Amino acid sequence: MARTPSRPLEPWRWLGVPAFVAILATVAIDAPIRVFSLALPEPIFPMVLAFGWAIIRPSILGPFVLVLVGLFLDLYCAAPLGLWPISLLVAYGVALVARTLMVGQETEVMGFYYGASVLAAFACAYALVAIAGHGQPNLIALLWQFAATLALFPFVLMLSNRFRDADIRFR
Amino acid sequence: MAYRDSPFQDLKVPLTWTAGVAAVLALAIAVFVFISDRKDQARVSAEALGHAKARASFDAVLAPVAGVLAAPVRWINDGATSVGDYFFAVSENRRLKKQVAELQQVAIADVAIKNLNRRYETLLKLRTDPPIPMVTGRVVSDTHGPFSNARLIDVGSNAGVKIGNPAMSEQGVVGRVVGVSANASRLLLLTDPESRTPVLIDRSNARAILTGDGGPNPRLEYLRGKDAVHNGDRVLTSGDGGLYPRGLPVGVAEQDVRGVWRIRLYSESGAIDFVRVLVFDDFSQMVDQAKLAEPAMPPLNPSDQSKLKAAEAPAPAPPLAPDASGPVPPIPASPRVAATAPAPPPSGAPAKPQAKIRPGPTKAAKPQPGAYRHVHTPEAGPPMPDPSRPDGGA
Repeated sequence: MARTPSRPLEPWRWLGVPAFVAILATVAIDAPIRVFSLALPEPIFPMVLAFGWAIIRPSILGPFVLVLVGLFLDLYCAAPLGLWPISLLVAYGVALVARTLMVGQETEVMGFYYGASVLAAFACAYALVAIAGHGQPNLIALLWQFAATLALFPFVLMLSNRFRDADIRFR
Repeated sequence: MAYRDSPFQDLKVPLTWTAGVAAVLALAIAVFVFISDRKDQARVSAEALGHAKARASFDAVLAPVAGVLAAPVRWINDGATSVGDYFFAVSENRRLKKQVAELQQVAIADVAIKNLNRRYETLLKLRTDPPIPMVTGRVVSDTHGPFSNARLIDVGSNAGVKIGNPAMSEQGVVGRVVGVSANASRLLLLTDPESRTPVLIDRSNARAILTGDGGPNPRLEYLRGKDAVHNGDRVLTSGDGGLYPRGLPVGVAEQDVRGVWRIRLYSESGAIDFVRVLVFDDFSQMVDQAKLAEPAMPPLNPSDQSKLKAAEAPAPAPPLAPDASGPVPPIPASPRVAATAPAPPPSGAPAKPQAKIRPGPTKAAKPQPGAYRHVHTPEAGPPMPDPSRPDGGA
């Protein structure tokens, strides 16, 4: 469906559809298979949303949709309820603060801030699990998942390029 | 009145600040959910806020959806495995022939060992464990990572699965059931950061707690005994605390570069498509909990001792008649000693107090439906009385 520049960007298009795709991707990649006796890497797909939505436009709805997506992730992974909503919002907050610093910068700068926001989110999740579970999560597994999530940066660019200038009211 | 004509047309809301306030509000909600979930796990089912039910309902909905979404990925994997099997058929055949030859020797030895074991059991009048019924389920999703490790399987309470049941693959222990709905169950894996499993070292019989940390090789903690474990030692479930049956294969002990003992899990050696859930009732589930929880007699206060002595003292004898039984021994002032007063020893031997231990911790060992991810770690039982000490050793 072609977009016309004069048409306002409805929330379901830039919030709802990407959230649904991230949830589908999370479920699809958790198939119980091994490749060369190794489990598939499990990136946190909603991290793309947390960073991308803050870059596209500051929004009131965005954080609350992140809470819902994070709760889904908690229920799906059997993690403590609230773990991923908090971590995703931390990433969102970092991106929101750094948003003005990224305007007009190269892609590498955005990549750096994406890494910083993912790092903050994982540090937060690590601390929460250490507090709640009375034990420290494995650092190698943490680095593995962190690297897999960093590799999602092209999807952040796709989301950002698609919706950043999609609404003429915010140009 | 159109928006452009209203007084709000000049109202400019700072977008970033508004989004920031929304983010803070959403964060407050998330923190509240996190704290309430932590508190909910500590409650018994009657007082729980319903998080466990919400999780079970979510799993019931998710299981068929995840099964459908995982199907294409599974087909691709099966196809790739078939191609690999085709190319490596000759080497696989050689390996299997060698393995069959070795296993034939083991089977012969196994017959003799079983025969001997039956004789010992008969001689010692051992009460052997009954066979454990099993239910087989297919894994429909496998979440892993540093913060949680769980699997969803497509059998639930309709098949007799209950919270706390252990699950095994064909290689070894996988984990235990922490959530059940009608047709789906959630397994908490041994590698989950919240998993604690009592294990023993097969060679030395030393006990330890297997502690998950989100990595593929969980740690051995609280390892007791000197030189208790070596590289390559086989690790089994110990059965302590009644969570698992004794003797299920867990993995092999290995020391990592930092000197921490870890377990290379048998269940991690291959893909886990199917698991067998052991419909196992531990001791605390089989015994009459109400009877065990009956309160003991209240402990004696020092002021009550004199009353008890007076009540149990023999009728006053003539002042000049000698008392053959001697003086009544003092009742130990231990809080764990019940009111049953010890009978005086007939031959002047030192009195041994008949201690009665309250059955306190047995009730806590039963998995409660509200404790969704709570893994019960066996705790030390109440201290046994030491008759050699005047206070009963309490």
